[in-house]
Amino acid sequence: MTDLPAVPALLDRLEQGLRHYLNERGIKRPLLVGIRTGGVWVASELHRRLGLEEPCGELDISFYRDDFSRIGLNPRVTPSHLPFETEDRDLVLVDDVVMSGRTIRAAMNELFDYGRPSSISLVALLDMGGRELPVQPDVCGERLNLSPTQRVKLVGPEPLTIEIREVKA
Amino acid sequence: MTELAATPLSAHDKASRNLQLTADGQLRHFITLDGLDRAMLTDILDTADSFIEVGERTIKKVPLLRGRTVVNLFFESSTRTRSTFELAAKRLSADVLNLDINTSATSKGESLSDTLLNLEAMASDMFVVRHSQSGAPHFIAESVTPGVAIINAGDGRHAHPTQAMLDMLTIRQNKQQFEGLKVAIVGDILHSRVARSQIRALQTLGAEEVRLIAPGTLLPADVDSLGCTVEYDMRKGMADLDVVIMLRLQKERMEGALLPSEREFYRLYGLDTDKLALARPDCIVMHPGPINRGVEIESAVADGPQSVILNQVTNGIAIRMAVMSMAMSGQVAERTSRSRQQGGEQ
Repeated sequence: MTDLPAVPALLDRLEQGLRHYLNERGIKRPLLVGIRTGGVWVASELHRRLGLEEPCGELDISFYRDDFSRIGLNPRVTPSHLPFETEDRDLVLVDDVVMSGRTIRAAMNELFDYGRPSSISLVALLDMGGRELPVQPDVCGERLNLSPTQRVKLVGPEPLTIEIREVKA
Repeated sequence: MTELAATPLSAHDKASRNLQLTADGQLRHFITLDGLDRAMLTDILDTADSFIEVGERTIKKVPLLRGRTVVNLFFESSTRTRSTFELAAKRLSADVLNLDINTSATSKGESLSDTLLNLEAMASDMFVVRHSQSGAPHFIAESVTPGVAIINAGDGRHAHPTQAMLDMLTIRQNKQQFEGLKVAIVGDILHSRVARSQIRALQTLGAEEVRLIAPGTLLPADVDSLGCTVEYDMRKGMADLDVVIMLRLQKERMEGALLPSEREFYRLYGLDTDKLALARPDCIVMHPGPINRGVEIESAVADGPQSVILNQVTNGIAIRMAVMSMAMSGQVAERTSRSRQQGGEQ
């Protein structure tokens, strides 16, 4: 069994990494957008730590998933909420776990329906590998190597912890 | 289309309960509110809330039904309902075919079943059906094209479930919850499929009182079995109301002399500023449209601060997007489980 990282330490690393990244890219006024549910928790924590003035956005990507033909609609869809104009802005997409990359593709498609941002960067608390699409986080807390039957989940919001669950092969 | 009249409506209603749902209780057709529980109606309202947000974006479109074909089959004319269904399907990225059946193949002698089978052969995924005969959408779902999702856009005097649900969405937006609400439906209850669906929806969602306000000639014979209170005097009936829903006087469905005159009707049952003042001060005014100004409702009320009539239209698009995507989702889930059972997946 892999030792699970502690979330506060991961968030510290993520904050540092994001500050460095934004500085390097010359992004002065980033807009944070969390992907529900875990990504929203991580985004609001980063938002607080960076002391950003503009509010945090929230995306529910249920309407943009690529598996509707297989599993249908997510029964617990909630409205996305982007309380700002995205046109020509630098967006930072935040998720708890990146794996296949399909969620990120769906989130980017959704973001473009709000306007044409200047750039989109990706921040993930954990990178599980197992990519099926050419999507890589720009800033990542830690890369975990789990067995193919294990999935990781961020539980929260108070406190934020990481859980591992077994799935059927 | 004599075949449609064969089964009595009560039997349709009973059978629709199972017909509309998949084995695990997901929506796969949307024909009547009968047999749908509070959790299902709440799911529809919640999903519609998310679609309202989509309607506020620069690009008001999501890819859910991309590559699917939705056919609007209107055997009875309608502008608002058809256009909001069309817009809803387009905002879900579906391809939409609008068929005005009065001017198409059936007038050349093709039977309803043949028309539908042809449309199914064009790989249609969903039929939105409006028909003057009660039970037509149920008949199509059950007997003609079982693999196509059927959405009822109004059938005879039976049901108009998407209208009722957009009304519920409008009420929830304004009143937050249904518990404790006193809601009146006023006017031509007799000819109104909208009223029937509204009564069902309000009762299922837990409204405290559904009050019918109408002259005896415009109430259905089975009014006692509807579980509503009945009031013939509108001025009395306005007391304590949180919501008043006006119905259109359906002149085209009037057979015989049910009304003394439009003027008399307006004096007794038209919603004017004076009568509205008898309700609670935060009472909202609703109307399914099209409104007959000066027949059921005074212009000052229809355009006044308590009116939510245009919100109803906006909500109609969101509700129709919700119902269409949920029914399609149920059809998809059913197909997946069928192909699994056939050994498609271990």
